[in-house]
Amino acid sequence: MKANCWFDTHDIRVEEVPDPSIVNPRDAIVRITSAAICGSDLHLYNGYVPTMKKGDILGHEFMGEVVEVGSGVKDLRVGDRVVVPFPISCGNCFFCKKQLFSLCENSNPNAWMAEKMWGHSPAGIYGYSHMLGGYPGGQAEYVRVPFADVNPIKIPAGIPDDQVLFLGDILPTGYMAAENCDIEPGDTVAVWGCGPVGQFAIKSAFLLGADRVIGIDRFPERLGMAQKRSGAETINYEEVDVYETLDEMTGGLGPDACIDAVGMEAHAPGLVGAYDRVKQAAMLETDRPHALRQAIMACRNGGTVSVAGVYGGFIDKVPFGSLMNRSLTLRSGQTHVQRYMRPLLERIQKNEIDPSFIITHHMALDDAPEGYDMFLKKEDACVKVVLNP
Amino acid sequence: MEMRETDRPGDEGLARALGWFSIGLGVAELVAPRGIARMIGVRDHRILLRAVGLREMASGVGILTQRRPAGWLWARVVGDVMDLALVGAAFRSPRARRGRLALATAAVAGVTALDVVASRRLSRRPGEPEDDAIRITKSITINRSPEEIYRFWRDFRNLPRFMRHLESVQVTSDKRSHWMARGPAGKRVEWDAEIVDDKPNELIAWRSLEGSDVETPGSVRFQRAPGGRGTVVKVELLYRPPGGLLGSLVAKLFGADPDQQVAEDLRRLKQVMETGEIATSAGPSARRSRRLAAAS
Ligand SMILES: NC(=O)c1ccc[n+]([C@@H]2O[C@H](COP(=O)([O-])OP(=O)(O)OC[C@H]3O[C@@H](n4cnc5c(N)ncnc54)[C@H](O)[C@@H]3O)[C@@H](O)[C@H]2O)c1
Ligand SMILES: [Zn+2]
Ligand SMILES: [Zn+2]
Repeated sequence: MKANCWFDTHDIRVEEVPDPSIVNPRDAIVRITSAAICGSDLHLYNGYVPTMKKGDILGHEFMGEVVEVGSGVKDLRVGDRVVVPFPISCGNCFFCKKQLFSLCENSNPNAWMAEKMWGHSPAGIYGYSHMLGGYPGGQAEYVRVPFADVNPIKIPAGIPDDQVLFLGDILPTGYMAAENCDIEPGDTVAVWGCGPVGQFAIKSAFLLGADRVIGIDRFPERLGMAQKRSGAETINYEEVDVYETLDEMTGGLGPDACIDAVGMEAHAPGLVGAYDRVKQAAMLETDRPHALRQAIMACRNGGTVSVAGVYGGFIDKVPFGSLMNRSLTLRSGQTHVQRYMRPLLERIQKNEIDPSFIITHHMALDDAPEGYDMFLKKEDACVKVVLNP
Repeated sequence: MEMRETDRPGDEGLARALGWFSIGLGVAELVAPRGIARMIGVRDHRILLRAVGLREMASGVGILTQRRPAGWLWARVVGDVMDLALVGAAFRSPRARRGRLALATAAVAGVTALDVVASRRLSRRPGEPEDDAIRITKSITINRSPEEIYRFWRDFRNLPRFMRHLESVQVTSDKRSHWMARGPAGKRVEWDAEIVDDKPNELIAWRSLEGSDVETPGSVRFQRAPGGRGTVVKVELLYRPPGGLLGSLVAKLFGADPDQQVAEDLRRLKQVMETGEIATSAGPSARRSRRLAAAS
């Protein structure tokens, strides 16, 4: 089959690889019909996630049709249409039982690597480094889905791929980021980053009752999308000072909750940006936490900072004193996607959300490398690329 | 997390201090190589000093994030030797200021001595006799009842399912069994074992029979975990090999890091008990297809 494979920083290629096959009884094989490129993939593409190996198949946001099931899979049938959540979860362990699916203890065969880096290991993830399992990803024609009896969600006929594809990652991610803010009536929520995750965080914050949502980015098309599609107010951080503007917009209080939908590769103008880039290049910090720093400083006393953006290792100059002295709450995590798929599918079916509004480009699997490049550079007003193998 | 009674906190403290020293020195060497070069009396080694700075940083982070930092400390020793060589080279350069260099040499040599002491101490657990025995204590929490896990373990034929170094265990009578382990290069190690203690749902202890090639007492305890979290399984193993070739085979059964091997074995036990299978990411990649292409 064909698959989009990682070879090095900014070097990915669509290659011919063997087809996957059933290995364990609870496996299924899915023929991919749609696979998206995620902001998290850009961290791999830019070489900031350790333990990638040449030839790894990328992709953790995908859906398709079941073509084979193992002997232990009872509820899925060949021909079923499914969306597959990106964290691989067993459904049996302490964490799965607590619905903390991205912390499943049984799905990362390389847990020891993650333990060296982070102390304890989270769940395995498709196409996201060997530290997180080394699972072949879904930017391919076929994929092996472990624990297929508990992970995929069946999609009824009649709903197009584009409307449900994001149930596997970014729609739940935006939703969990907003849910983590414990939004109360009258609340203002600020969202750093108006990429796909930011767009869904904004939409979800409104769905969960926020009074105002403020989107922060520098790309006009993304800011415009947040205004038009969700009714957000926006700040272009290249034009005004974010902290002062937010203070001004909130009567000097600061937003009740701040969402970081940017992550480890935040862009920062001027000296701070140069500082973080040098430190990252010299391996003195692994991540550039500019948006996180701002989110902490801007948040109102006693508010919540919700981090959906991905971080990999060590960060520097984070104002922890601000967090501590002002009673802020910090919440984060790889999304517990399985928790949100069914309720969000219902919202889609009831027309409360149509997540397809973020898609700007459809491409063939063969064109994945161009898709990555375009998404990285935000060229052609690119917000989200969907690959159709 | 289990405690290792044998680790002397003093040494970990020393290791940690060296970790911070590394980061501090690393930052200084990176950010102000010229200043440091001036401080130690060398002029023309700015790029080299920057490289040294990176190495210091890496080993500093390594030491701080490692539970058993011996490996990283040895990396420091290598680094110290690099520094000494660097300072030595500067000595020979006519432009160096001898007095400052001598001071720097003394300082670096002092740190080297500390590094060597800390590495030696951490490489062997203090109080441990100096033999080839492999001793391992490891625990894991499994979301199943003690009864279920005891039952699975008590049938020793199940052990090779999750213990990587075992090829097979044959049960020869109620108390006795024959164990076969995979050594390096396909060599086998075999022995007979008997159960010496058996408290249903609580404890199983075994040891190899008198006269076996290997002396391997082992035990596993099953304790109900608090808050409905299942069972804490605690394993203690000892492999004391005889001398000679067989001895080195036994020593290699567990690879370079026996603690980690057993931790992985227990993780697989957990997977089998909780999910009925062993997690694997086996599957296609462009690596394999290339190798296949090359082979055909
Ligand atoms: N927690 C999870 O489970 C999860 C799931 C999916 C994605 N993510 C992460 O979410 C983040 C965003 O993903 P995405 O798909 O939206 O990616 P994206 O790259 O399209 O979006 C990031 C946006 O942040 C903006 N940005 C950069 N620096 C900024 C700054 N200083 N202030 C404000 N905005 C800034 C960029 O202009 C861009 O529009 C990534 O880190 C991704 O890894 C997390
Ligand atoms: Zn993603
Ligand atoms: Zn689990």
